Amino acid sequence: MTDELGARLKAYEGQDAAVAAEGKDPVNAPMIRHWCEAMGDTNPAYEGPDAKAPPTMLQVWTMGGLSGYAGGRTQAYDELLALLDEAGYTSVVATDCEQEYVRPLRPGDEITFDSVIESVSELKTTKLGTGYFVTTRMDIRVGPHLAGTHRFRILKYAPTRRRRQQKPALRPRPVVNRDNAGFWEGIEHHRLLIQHCTTCDTLRFPWLPGCNNCGGPDWTPVEASGDGTVYSYVVMHHPPFPAFDPPYAVALVELAEGVRMISNVVGVPYDKVRIGLPVRLEFQSYDDELVLPVFRALEEAG
Amino acid sequence: MTGGEMSAAEMGAGALGAADMRAGEKLPPLEIPVTRTLVVAGAIASRDYQDVHHDAELARQKGSPDIFMNILTTNGLVGRYITDHFGPAAELRKVAIRLGAPNYPGDTMVLTGTIEEVDGDTATVRVVGDNGIGRHVTGTVTVALPVSAPSAGSDLDLGPAPAPDPLNDPPGAAT
Repeated sequence: MTDELGARLKAYEGQDAAVAAEGKDPVNAPMIRHWCEAMGDTNPAYEGPDAKAPPTMLQVWTMGGLSGYAGGRTQAYDELLALLDEAGYTSVVATDCEQEYVRPLRPGDEITFDSVIESVSELKTTKLGTGYFVTTRMDIRVGPHLAGTHRFRILKYAPTRRRRQQKPALRPRPVVNRDNAGFWEGIEHHRLLIQHCTTCDTLRFPWLPGCNNCGGPDWTPVEASGDGTVYSYVVMHHPPFPAFDPPYAVALVELAEGVRMISNVVGVPYDKVRIGLPVRLEFQSYDDELVLPVFRALEEAG
Repeated sequence: MTGGEMSAAEMGAGALGAADMRAGEKLPPLEIPVTRTLVVAGAIASRDYQDVHHDAELARQKGSPDIFMNILTTNGLVGRYITDHFGPAAELRKVAIRLGAPNYPGDTMVLTGTIEEVDGDTATVRVVGDNGIGRHVTGTVTVALPVSAPSAGSDLDLGPAPAPDPLNDPPGAAT
């Protein structure tokens, strides 16, 4: 696949990014002091009447600051960045800085600088995302004298989306054990099964190893008809859990057979769920593995 | 100033001379607590108002978990690491750095250095800065030290380094 954008970007190699641009401020003691304070640098060479600026401040004197760059900047560099922005490579991070210090800068020095777009890389894939490396080289002068050179590389990239955003969170899995395995097998086959105690002839739900009426251990499964009404409900607003989209109604549904179960009511806004609302069983698939019984509202509640 | 750090002033002016540099020598590590204040102060002192260096909300919108240190601050810290060690007479000639794992607030960066090469009064030092999530910076610094005892009548240090001056360089001063 040919990289059309890459070819357009390459055309900027060798073009000037700044010509005879001027530093916004002369080299000065207050900016030096603020820098040293930030860096925790107590080097006495940066103080007093013979002070020099920390050499690593070289780029600082060329910065546009809050109000942007003064004159001397060409269109080329801004155009190059705009092309990348338009193509979706909107983020920027500095990756390399190579500085050579030829003569010290001292308070009062007024700097000028020339900058050239040295290279634009091929499309690269990095941990941050895919994008292009853009390298500029700058010469910083005081009058006719070269004070230093500054090569700077940035990555203009389209950020990689976080894994969390790529993969939606999954609903929690049910805890399946030997006491309720039959229930979940039924769900798998889209059957809602209720336990029927063969000792005292009572239905029970949720599934238990013994009858909660007589204690009898023997039972047979009975399939629910699927009809029910909302016996009670709450609306969940907070806190939000992954895979849930509040607000939503959590209902206690009384099945036609007389047992009650907790589920979601679907097909009606959360604030239209009412006690007595007739509902009908449905099986909703949430992902490749998870199917859950839910209840669809049968009439529009007033 | 945190424990373990030694400023240039504390080390004494001109603590080291060119004759004290040995290839293979390791510099003592420097721990830099990456505070939110350092990240913001470094960005502003370097006139860098990119929002990712001071506005956590906007940094997150751009896919970063928090604000992070700008490259100029890293550059300044690497320079400081070298001059803290070699003293105020040391002159930085070149600093070349490459960034890796970002410095986020709450982390600690440990700078370490190894003298790779000594050529007359000039040493090349390999510098590495590791933080809690990986390698923040790798770099090479070229630094020149004045000869230990400048000869009278000449302010050029182009000549070969003379033998250490026992008065200015007592044994053990250069560690």
